Amino acid sequence: MWAILSIKVENKPGILFKVTHLFRSRNFNIDSISVGVTQDPKFSRMTVTTIGDEKQIAQIVKQLDKMIDTIEVHRLDENNTVYRELVMFKIKVSKPEDSMEINKLASAYDAKIHDAKKESIMVEMTSTPHQIAAFEELAKKFGILEMARTGITALQRSKH
Amino acid sequence: MNDNMIGARALMLALEKEGVKEVFGLPGGANLPMYDELYKSNIRHILVRHEQSAAHMADGFGRVSRKPGVCFATSGPGATNLLTGIATAQADSAPMVAVTGQVPVKMIGKDAFQESDIIGMANPAVKYSYQPRTPEEIPEIVKQGFYIAETGRPGPVLLDIPKDVQQNEGKFTFPDEVRIPGYHPWTDPDIPSIEKAIQLLLTSEKPMILAGGGVIISSAFAELQSIAEMLMIPVVTTFKGKGAFPENHPLSLGPIGMHGHAEANKLMTEADCVLAIGTRFSDRSVGTFEEFERNLKIIHMDVDPAEIGKNQTTSVAVVGDVQASLRIMVKMLLSKAMKKSDDNPWSKHVNEVKQYWRENLKLHPGEMGAAKILRKLREVLPKESIVTTEVGQHQMWASLFYDVIQPGTFFSSTGLGTMGWGFPAAIGAKAARPDVPVVDIAGDGSFNMTENSLATSVLEDLPVIVFLINNFSLGMVAQWQRTFYDKRMIGIDLKNCPDYVKLAESYGAQGIRAQSMEELEKAIKSGLNSDVATVIDIPIDPNEDVLPFVAPGTSLKEMILPS
Repeated sequence: MWAILSIKVENKPGILFKVTHLFRSRNFNIDSISVGVTQDPKFSRMTVTTIGDEKQIAQIVKQLDKMIDTIEVHRLDENNTVYRELVMFKIKVSKPEDSMEINKLASAYDAKIHDAKKESIMVEMTSTPHQIAAFEELAKKFGILEMARTGITALQRSKH
Repeated sequence: MNDNMIGARALMLALEKEGVKEVFGLPGGANLPMYDELYKSNIRHILVRHEQSAAHMADGFGRVSRKPGVCFATSGPGATNLLTGIATAQADSAPMVAVTGQVPVKMIGKDAFQESDIIGMANPAVKYSYQPRTPEEIPEIVKQGFYIAETGRPGPVLLDIPKDVQQNEGKFTFPDEVRIPGYHPWTDPDIPSIEKAIQLLLTSEKPMILAGGGVIISSAFAELQSIAEMLMIPVVTTFKGKGAFPENHPLSLGPIGMHGHAEANKLMTEADCVLAIGTRFSDRSVGTFEEFERNLKIIHMDVDPAEIGKNQTTSVAVVGDVQASLRIMVKMLLSKAMKKSDDNPWSKHVNEVKQYWRENLKLHPGEMGAAKILRKLREVLPKESIVTTEVGQHQMWASLFYDVIQPGTFFSSTGLGTMGWGFPAAIGAKAARPDVPVVDIAGDGSFNMTENSLATSVLEDLPVIVFLINNFSLGMVAQWQRTFYDKRMIGIDLKNCPDYVKLAESYGAQGIRAQSMEELEKAIKSGLNSDVATVIDIPIDPNEDVLPFVAPGTSLKEMILPS
């Protein structure tokens, strides 16, 4: 099972280390992690996606909650959460038609083109992991030279 | 207070403000400014011969006084030597504040002489850690550090202070309160859950109480005893919880687990409902998790919400300080005038099983069998005496055969299982309670690891008794090799080296060899009356095993018994 954890922490040095260390020492996996400061510079928010069974995920939430540096830990309800990830691809251009097709593909997925060169095109896309996987699959036929992704960041929808 | 002074001075003032009267430590280059201010302060310094012992002394001090014990070490190897002691305190939830020197801020990360990233290394072994970058931070981190170490589920806190932060001047404010936004050490126990717990206990046919170390940490002895007596529920403990309940009480069955009492293990597996208090369901206590919880309803009371459901599935969870939770439970039972008699099939069965094993457990036939010498120790020691142990066979024999009568007088490295813990911890305990006798039940292998603490014991006037059960070997390893490795004995023979009587004497301590019960009794009495540490060397049969024995990875049902 896949879970998105939203962790509000004190914005102090060393906390990313402690959070990731906790995952390692308790034998849990981090699928992706993204970190940034919140509107209040005293706090940062980490968004971690992890994979485990129900019991394991409940346990990692408790262990994170116990950490003194964490202010809030929430397991986000996937159906009620907006979650996005930014990814960048460098896609190979082997023949002139490729360039056009990559452009078409990018526009179908709402991705932006950067740095279009004769032999490669850089594409930036912000989407769900599912959409990113779909795009990646289609881009493979041209050849993916390089790829970098940020990991998911997410906020739960408001009730009112 | 608002004064100009150097960081090291502020550190001493902050420690004094926390009520610190003694620190255990060893100086070196990076903590000399601290020591210079320690010289000028009212705090007593107890010099150790190895930093690991400083941590164990602070640990023993902390467990007995329930206030953080403080240890000092320099940077680099001084700090890494503390690490085993810090991890031991963490595994057993003991309050401790460890203060290490660090290379100056500008040198951090430059692989400077005696630099170690102790914050990084210690991270999984501490409850929290601080590395101040300016002297002004010191009073606040000391205040926070003590608060974190002693509240909620206690544990070790590390203060790693760079040398220039100790030396530089600053203007200080000493806070009276702490505010740590992400730290909520205590939750109020949930009343409906306690009601549910009572219902479950009352409706079960074969209830049991399992008391863990949390009962000792929160001193919930009276509450535990009231509940057991009102509901006539037999009490087993974990090894860490040994002595949470008087072991001469009719309802006491003693510790369960790998080397638990036969009656405790047997009856635990028959119970249908357990009130588990302040325990983390260690594999050493419960055997295989799945088998333990089969047919068992678990009520789990613990201060640490992360322990609920970690190893066992619970029917009812009560999060909060266990003393507070038990108090509410006692009140509810009193208000309902709930009192059960022992006139029921379960109580009768429990008594029969207990009786059977107390009479029929086969013991070593020799005069100096483990059971006999430990029962002799119990007989001679005043009941308020504090006992620590090392780690190994002697420790498990102590669990089996040394009955704790006054709750909260027995301490051991149960989680990390650190050989060499018992002796320095006993010295720390003596510093906390100079008014009572303190005995380290030791084995030769463990004692070897920190025996140089004899110097500290003698020179710092902290006399304790080392009750050295000497089987000339690493006995527990030998037992496993005999049992699981077809008697291929390797790496276990200690060959009675050194001569422990001479060793003790060379430190100015008293050394006595006891080879008969009569000599043993005399030796214990001599130790109780001695002004210096006493090492009682008690040679025993190296082939004596600790039995019963629940093999690792099996259930409590599968006890190996003496044949």
